[in-house]
Amino acid sequence: MSPFSTSYGKLMMWFFLVSDALTFGGLLVAYGFTRHATDQAWPIGEETFNSMPFLGHGYPLLYVALMTFILIVSSVTMVLAVEAGHRMDKKGVIKWMIATIIGGFFFVGSQAWEWSHFIHGSEFGKIELADGSQAIVKGHFGEFENFTIVEAGHHHKKGQTIKAGEDMTAQEMMHEYQHAAVAGHIHGDTITLHDGSRATFAKEANEHMELIIKKDGGDYKVGDKIEDHKKAAEMYDKVIGSGEKNRVIYGANLQQNEYGPQQYAQFFFFITGFHGFHVFSGVIINILILMMVVRGTMHSRGHYEMVEKTGLYWHFVDLVWVFVFTFFYLV
Amino acid sequence: MIRDDIYEYSLDAHHDEDTGKKMRAKIWKVTLLLTIITAVEVICGAVIKQSSDWWTVTKWFFIALTLVKAGFIVLSFMHLGDERKGLKYVILVPYFIFILYLIFIALWEGLAVGASWPATYAG
Repeated sequence: MSPFSTSYGKLMMWFFLVSDALTFGGLLVAYGFTRHATDQAWPIGEETFNSMPFLGHGYPLLYVALMTFILIVSSVTMVLAVEAGHRMDKKGVIKWMIATIIGGFFFVGSQAWEWSHFIHGSEFGKIELADGSQAIVKGHFGEFENFTIVEAGHHHKKGQTIKAGEDMTAQEMMHEYQHAAVAGHIHGDTITLHDGSRATFAKEANEHMELIIKKDGGDYKVGDKIEDHKKAAEMYDKVIGSGEKNRVIYGANLQQNEYGPQQYAQFFFFITGFHGFHVFSGVIINILILMMVVRGTMHSRGHYEMVEKTGLYWHFVDLVWVFVFTFFYLV
Repeated sequence: MIRDDIYEYSLDAHHDEDTGKKMRAKIWKVTLLLTIITAVEVICGAVIKQSSDWWTVTKWFFIALTLVKAGFIVLSFMHLGDERKGLKYVILVPYFIFILYLIFIALWEGLAVGASWPATYAG
């Protein structure tokens, strides 16, 4: 007789989940260690994650809230599949498992979008001011109007005007601009393009500019804000048009990070990546079990315990996300 | 093939339509609760700034809400609340002992490292 009154498979799933929970616990504690050890300004969730697909900026935490909601709902549909299994309701199990799988795909897709956004960074990037301090920028980025070539390159001819939306998309112009800004190829209002040609560029002025200091320098300290829009815009343009290399950082990768200390990006990639991998494998396992359900394997066995076991794994993934959400986005 | 591992306990898990109705009602109730908690968290996160005097309270409020959410997921969705006492404690007790110790020791050490080598860690 068993003191736990549960099957071997379920018990082993629980033991696996305990060990996996310790892994995630260890990772989150390591993140906490770094956060407690650093004296740098840590990124703030609602400043870092404030974009929505198709809508742009200015929606603090809304997208990640939506992701969290999707994952919770897919956990609910999973528990409904398990309940249907207990009544031997094959149709119900199939219906709810399909819903769970769709929710899982939505979550993985959302995470891909979130990563892509995090890697590409904001339109403004993080700039290094003259005194050595670093600042992130809030505001509205002025649209590009055109590039006028003043010195020919491999591709563009002298005197040619590249109009936004006609000869080049706004996105391509942005790409040229950011690339040149990082490389120190913008001097005032002339820019060196990819093909080596030099151009003057016309763009609308940046509006509602505000600088928030994220790293101490000679004049400015962490937490200082330059809220005078005109002054902030002038300071920003001066840095971008300085013609110096690496005065601006766009987005985050394993070498540099627009949002804050480098470790933040590394933990973000590792922990949300490891979680995303769990979600992905959960979706695959759910699909496999769904196929077995459809073929009637569970029904002829007389019980749907396999659905319950994958359900445990799926809920665990949701459980981990609850903690990731709190420690990466909220606090 | 004889499967002695599944016959004994797995068949006990069946229930009838009436019990199912009650269970589904409970599931939807928990769903509503988790949704409300998440919405409250996001609204607080967007409204209360980290520079505000209320931030410390808000932070602990977030952590408390997270634990409430986790509790509902584990006890209700994962049905750990319905399992035998022995199984429940075999899972929860060792985990809590170990993780609380780890949190205490690592965060305390983090503060000490930060104080001893300022500016060299996390640049």
